[in-house]
Amino acid sequence: MTILDVKDLSVDFVTETGTLQALRKVNLAVPANRIVGVVGESGCGKSTLINTVLGLLAENGAVTSGEILFEGQSDLVHLDANGMRALRGQKIATVFQDPMGALNPVLSVGRQMRDIQYRSALSRKEKDARSIEMLRKVRIPDPERRLAQFPHEFSGGMKQRIAIAMALLMQPSLLIADEPTTALDATLEVAIIELLKDLQQQIGCSVLFISHHLGVIAELCDDMIVMYAGEVVEHGSTRDIFHNARHPYTKKLLACDPARLSRREPQLPTIPGTLPDLRDRPKGCIFQARCEFTDEACAEMPPDIPVGGAHVTRCWHAGKTTGARA
Amino acid sequence: MSDQALVNQPPRRRFAAIGPIFRRIVREPLGAFGLILVVIVVFSALFADVIASYPPTKLSPAERFAPASFQHLLGTDHLGRDLFSRVLHGGRIALAIALGATGLSLAGGILLGLIAGYGPRWLDNLLLLLFDAIKSFPTVMLALALVTLTGPSLLAVLAVVVLVNVPGYARIIRTQTLVLKSAEHVMAARSMGAGTARILAVHILPNVIGPILILASMDIPVVVAIEAGLSFLGLGVRPPLPSWGAILNDGFVNIRDSYWIVVAGGVPIILTTLGFTFLGETLRDVFDPRLKRRQ
Amino acid sequence: MLQYALKRLGLSVVIVSVAMAMLFAMIYVIPGDPASVALGPRATPEMVQALRSRMGLDQPIWVQFARFYFSALRGDLGIEILSGRPVLGVVFEQLPFTLALIAGAISWSVLLGIPLGCVAAIRRGGFVDRVIGVLSVAVIAVPSFVIAIYSLLIFAVALQWLPAIGAGEPGNLGSQLKHLILPSLAIGVGWVGYIARMVRASMLETLEASHIRTARAFGLPESRITYSYALRIAILPTITLLGVGVGTMVSSAVFAEIVFARPGIGKLVYEAISVRNYPVVTGAVLVTTVFFVVVNAFADIIIAALDPRVRSSFS
Repeated sequence: MTILDVKDLSVDFVTETGTLQALRKVNLAVPANRIVGVVGESGCGKSTLINTVLGLLAENGAVTSGEILFEGQSDLVHLDANGMRALRGQKIATVFQDPMGALNPVLSVGRQMRDIQYRSALSRKEKDARSIEMLRKVRIPDPERRLAQFPHEFSGGMKQRIAIAMALLMQPSLLIADEPTTALDATLEVAIIELLKDLQQQIGCSVLFISHHLGVIAELCDDMIVMYAGEVVEHGSTRDIFHNARHPYTKKLLACDPARLSRREPQLPTIPGTLPDLRDRPKGCIFQARCEFTDEACAEMPPDIPVGGAHVTRCWHAGKTTGARA
Repeated sequence: MSDQALVNQPPRRRFAAIGPIFRRIVREPLGAFGLILVVIVVFSALFADVIASYPPTKLSPAERFAPASFQHLLGTDHLGRDLFSRVLHGGRIALAIALGATGLSLAGGILLGLIAGYGPRWLDNLLLLLFDAIKSFPTVMLALALVTLTGPSLLAVLAVVVLVNVPGYARIIRTQTLVLKSAEHVMAARSMGAGTARILAVHILPNVIGPILILASMDIPVVVAIEAGLSFLGLGVRPPLPSWGAILNDGFVNIRDSYWIVVAGGVPIILTTLGFTFLGETLRDVFDPRLKRRQ
Repeated sequence: MLQYALKRLGLSVVIVSVAMAMLFAMIYVIPGDPASVALGPRATPEMVQALRSRMGLDQPIWVQFARFYFSALRGDLGIEILSGRPVLGVVFEQLPFTLALIAGAISWSVLLGIPLGCVAAIRRGGFVDRVIGVLSVAVIAVPSFVIAIYSLLIFAVALQWLPAIGAGEPGNLGSQLKHLILPSLAIGVGWVGYIARMVRASMLETLEASHIRTARAFGLPESRITYSYALRIAILPTITLLGVGVGTMVSSAVFAEIVFARPGIGKLVYEAISVRNYPVVTGAVLVTTVFFVVVNAFADIIIAALDPRVRSSFS
């Protein structure tokens, strides 16, 4: 079963300087029990995607087309605020990037974990017991005592573990992890990734994992999605994309990953050009201004072209790009 | 923390374009309202002699406690003096003290702030301690203590206002001076052999003066209130000089029978403080939104 | 935490000491010594001389200061000139009236200011927000003694809803509270404005914080997010604001006590001035200053105790 199925999703923001097209015809699917990575530069629409799924778009943002199917039925786009709120935290849980600021500083960890279970009929004691059990699962030592403590009494890595514990507390079917390791240093990052993988298998939920760190995606994710300027340009299994990237942007992105360079370069490679202005979106292919394959065909927006199995790419030249490494 | 909001701004010319700034103030309803009030108050104080039909201290025992009429627009007080004339002339005194005291406080604050910021560490600490001590007196209590010794006078009012206002300005100037001291253009000037006085006058003062002027303009209503308050207690402006506070006191004694006297004394205070506050708030928002954090 | 509290109180002692030195210097520097001030213009030189030596004014200045300082530490603020009673006793007799007034003013400002600021933040940019904003500025701008006089005129003289003068019958709490309403409102109404503005600003800031986003992402009800998660943080600066505000409230209390003919420190000092009872004036200034400094210190300590973030920055 597909847990999250996003179809043709477009989101606009109305700003003082014009309408900003943040997402354009985004398609993606998160199957049950799988970890799907989302990768892209800052400003590519990752956060807008999450906020739209969570129903937490800013007031000036609106869905202009498409649907978001959750567990195959409810369309989150048309769900009212209360219905959406009933899903958040219960069925869809989120871990955010900044562990320092993600917890309320003046409430104890126990109080915050108890509040998340406000829909449950359990007694206060039972709720606390569940919180303790969850804290133990994320390997917080001495969780009984720690429950009464405030966020500032924990280290950054511990706070992120607590955030994960909070997210998994209600056994959600979808966990959204928004760059959960970006603010942590490398050794902590590895530990959190392993923890996530471990817990995902225990609980059996799906994960939408946002990162700009290709190494982490390769390590953790079954499938991956590459986003560029508000569009999903390539979507497939992690293996397919890493070994057989078909979209010119994906190829360049992979080529720029310092961890994948075969030899020491005097300078890190970069993609020439800049992101297009989303207020004045170019007609046709979104990547044409920076792409070496651009021709007349690119003046028209390409559809999502299947290139083998579940592997799809939004490029007219997907046939030409096989094998050729950028 | 609050002072920090004022610093880190590049040197720029703040008062270059009066026209656009004026338009922005007038476009804000509150700013326009404040400006109108201030213009009325300043105008009536400047032309008090022309507008008022009676001398403010002229006694006329036959017309004691007369309510408002065409002869006496705001009525008369217990000595038969024309309240309209007294209010206009009281405005002169209120504005003169407000401007004088604010100017003196500014001068003192800038001087002490530069000394604290640019001088040796021990002097800085000593001044900060003094500022804290001054701030720890409740203002009116300090004024009462001072006036007990000197006797009521305009000078005492002035002294109190300057004493309580200087620490605020000095602290802000000090913080900005400390930051600017290590700014590149100041370091460069110093390495070129510029003397302390020159660095202070050319490189530091122009950069710290803008925000402090806005804050000072917002203190004007506070000074008006202090003067009126002390005069109300009979500790400020001496009779028979007209002061809004003194008129309030005359009226307060007779509040049960002749309410118009307290109305004549209080309404100008309200209009003046509101006018300057609304204008000052708008000025601050237009010039330097960062100052807002201080509130 | 304890260490911070001690440090903060230590700073208060230093500030009060410096304030005392300034007060002493003021008495010393200003021409006309306390003895002749006390006795008035018709005193003979012999009378002045006698009082001078009784008050210790013929000693060297540092001896005078040391005596002033250490007797004040012992609670000896001198002898009231008229009745010969200790000044501290006279001041303490009046202090409860002033404290009640300030407590009343704080109640008004908190009970009205926090909800108004909260509503303004929730309705930001709307009509209600703008009205609250303009009213806040207005009540901050208008001096409290003008508000005191006009509220006396309107509610006590014209409408006769509330009593005009005095502090109420001793022992009758209802009557005392009734007498407290107008004067405390006159002092507190400006602070309603200050607190409403501050709560609005800090509420808006808090609602932007990422932990609020987390709370939303966990589907907590919006009302709980606003009142339990955000307001709890947004009202913390109120304590600091009120701590600093107590100094101004003491000043306003002087006016309120005179306008409403209430007993209290302000009225005591005001009456002492007209009979040149100088020790009472100095004593009252000292007591109110110590009160203000201590309240400030406690406000800081309370903030540190309530806000785990502040607390952690000291340990």
